Amino acid sequence: MYVAVKGGEAAIANAHKMLADRRRGDRSLPAITVEQLVEQLGLAVDRVMAEASLYAPALAALAVKQARGDMIEAIFLLRAYRTTLPRFGASRPLETGEMVAERRVSATYKDLPGGQVLGPTFDYTHRLLDPELAADAPVDPAPAREHEGEPLTRVSDILAHEDLIERAFTGDPDQMPEEPSGDLTREPMEFPMPRDLRLQALARGDEGFLLALGYSTQRGYGRTHPFAGEIRIGEVEVEMDVPELGFAVALGRIRVTECQMVNQFAGSAKLAPQFTRGYGLVFGQSERKAMAMALVDRSLRAGELGEDRVAPAQDEEFVISHADNVQATGFVEHLKLPHYVDFQAELDLVRRLRAEFEAARAGKDDATAREAAE
Amino acid sequence: MTMAQFDTQAVSGGFTDPVFEAQAAFRALMDASARPGTIHDLPAGLAPPAPLGAGSGAVMLALCDPDTPVWLAEALRGEAVSAWIAFQCGAPIVGDGASAAFAFAAANDMPALSALSAGTQEYPDRATTLVVEVEAFEGGEEIMIEGPGILGRSRIAPMGLPHSFLNERAGNRALFPRGVDVVLVCGSRVMALPRSTVLSRKSEQEAN
Amino acid sequence: MTASQREHATAAGSEDDPGRGLKALMDILAASPGAEIAAAADALGELPEAAPVRGPETGLVMLRGRIGGDGAPFNLGEAAVTRATVRLAGGAVGHAYALGQDREKARLSAVLAALWSEGTRREAILRDVLEPLAEARAAETSRTRREAAATRVDFFTMVRGDD
Repeated sequence: MYVAVKGGEAAIANAHKMLADRRRGDRSLPAITVEQLVEQLGLAVDRVMAEASLYAPALAALAVKQARGDMIEAIFLLRAYRTTLPRFGASRPLETGEMVAERRVSATYKDLPGGQVLGPTFDYTHRLLDPELAADAPVDPAPAREHEGEPLTRVSDILAHEDLIERAFTGDPDQMPEEPSGDLTREPMEFPMPRDLRLQALARGDEGFLLALGYSTQRGYGRTHPFAGEIRIGEVEVEMDVPELGFAVALGRIRVTECQMVNQFAGSAKLAPQFTRGYGLVFGQSERKAMAMALVDRSLRAGELGEDRVAPAQDEEFVISHADNVQATGFVEHLKLPHYVDFQAELDLVRRLRAEFEAARAGKDDATAREAAE
Repeated sequence: MTMAQFDTQAVSGGFTDPVFEAQAAFRALMDASARPGTIHDLPAGLAPPAPLGAGSGAVMLALCDPDTPVWLAEALRGEAVSAWIAFQCGAPIVGDGASAAFAFAAANDMPALSALSAGTQEYPDRATTLVVEVEAFEGGEEIMIEGPGILGRSRIAPMGLPHSFLNERAGNRALFPRGVDVVLVCGSRVMALPRSTVLSRKSEQEAN
Repeated sequence: MTASQREHATAAGSEDDPGRGLKALMDILAASPGAEIAAAADALGELPEAAPVRGPETGLVMLRGRIGGDGAPFNLGEAAVTRATVRLAGGAVGHAYALGQDREKARLSAVLAALWSEGTRREAILRDVLEPLAEARAAETSRTRREAAATRVDFFTMVRGDD
């Protein structure tokens, strides 16, 4: 129950001024700029874009600054902003096979066409804090090699030659839909939920939540025997059919991370033994999120693949309903709002129960004393 | 028609002040729906390609966007109207009335209400809203209306509606809370007959 | 710009497919930073007066991916997109759509698209705007590819034991 409470305006105004003061911090230091955040804390900006479900680097960086680096607050700010904008339409599906990749690795084939391209990875760093970074030491440009490299063949295409892996679209290829079956931002959630809607929810889901769920499947809670078939990070072109033009135009490029998980599958009554797939696609550079998403996508396919649903990561209502950190923080944090009347009611109830309990105990004590006396 | 002329027609005749005119059109529709049978002014000055009328155009630009499939009656289907809709609001045009959020027609070219979506029991809001251009708001057959938003009973006499309209409305009414909502437009004025409004012939009422 | 891109662009406005060269121009404008477009447009000299028809305005485009990379589409998330439509005195209309929130870039891109559609200054637009911007984008892409190639692992095999 909520009650209207008046007062507190001055306290609120001063709290906001105090927030602005603390956000700015020591005035003898230069203020951080949005451009600096985009360039130098790019992965934080990427995470805000991914979980806000809005690709807009400068706005995401502003949100990070405004939120003092609180990522979920920044995601909340960007989500709120997107509600103020009209929607112009939908893009054509991104063709990740044509990505200008900075990184592409596979854990299943050492010598796949295009090779193992490490890109700007934290892997193989020693995780030792670097005191030089604390200063502004000059940084060399990235080395380049004259050869631009071969096209990057998808790992799933290699396995497809032997027909040992399921196709991305398991039905009749002529029946592949041209439009998604729905849009979470437009229609209320319903379960069971088709896979395209689950992927939309996972793509904007909380990285920590998906990471923990993915980890749980590896530890035995809905095991799916995964291999990281392929991970690629890079830029893809966005194309949209513009109705007033009558043809599609490119709107520019965005950075995405894609993970194709390859999962061992012993087969079912209907399906021959083969590899199945889990898929992750995330705005920006976030391998951890894309991998976790692919693990969870695969585990949520338990029903479709005739597997027993026994673990949390296989329960789509549990996973999808709790993956959104803006919803989660809203409900958890609302507990700090005034619940004075609720609490008074509960207090009265507990007082009355306690009185009844005491009275009953006193009565029992009297009876016991009487028995003892007899 | 050259590309340039085609473009010019498509990009002309919309709202000149999109924010305020869309708000004014929305307000007129809201008031019209809250008080069925009353007449309200839409923003004037729109000039969609013929035969789409100015009032229908205003309703369309206020309510339709890429998320609302639009169905057009036969007479409205043409390149000029399609191009205008594409540029002005981006609504997809569909051939099946049952999948449309909005349907536009002239009174003499109206689809059967049963050919449109009545929504579902869980989501009755997913019904089609039918926007009909009538010849005039007065001078037609007299119809009594009653229901939410109407004090007692009220009389309307829009001109040009097909004779079957009242029977269809009765069928539509039987689906409640599902059902098609109807908006009548004449010039730049609008009247709403939401699904909750019960229509009957005045002559039948007198007979009773 | 490659020969095929150039052919693609100059085929523009041919009677059978009036949109082709326009698409090449719009694609490159969308991919280029506003400041580069402004600098390139300076070379064209005085631009005609253009009346705003719509925008510049920022909105959303829902970006779609494919399940498994090549399967059925799904909604990945939205992107901020800014668009503009302008009309020149002679009636030619130009549109622009690009990722981001740069309104001046959208307006100028729409003016250039309208000029292209008008048809009288295509050679100049091709020479001063389309080609230099396309070359700059191609150089960036090539640089990224070469930097990535430098991080490609060259495996070598260690042979152990005899024969």
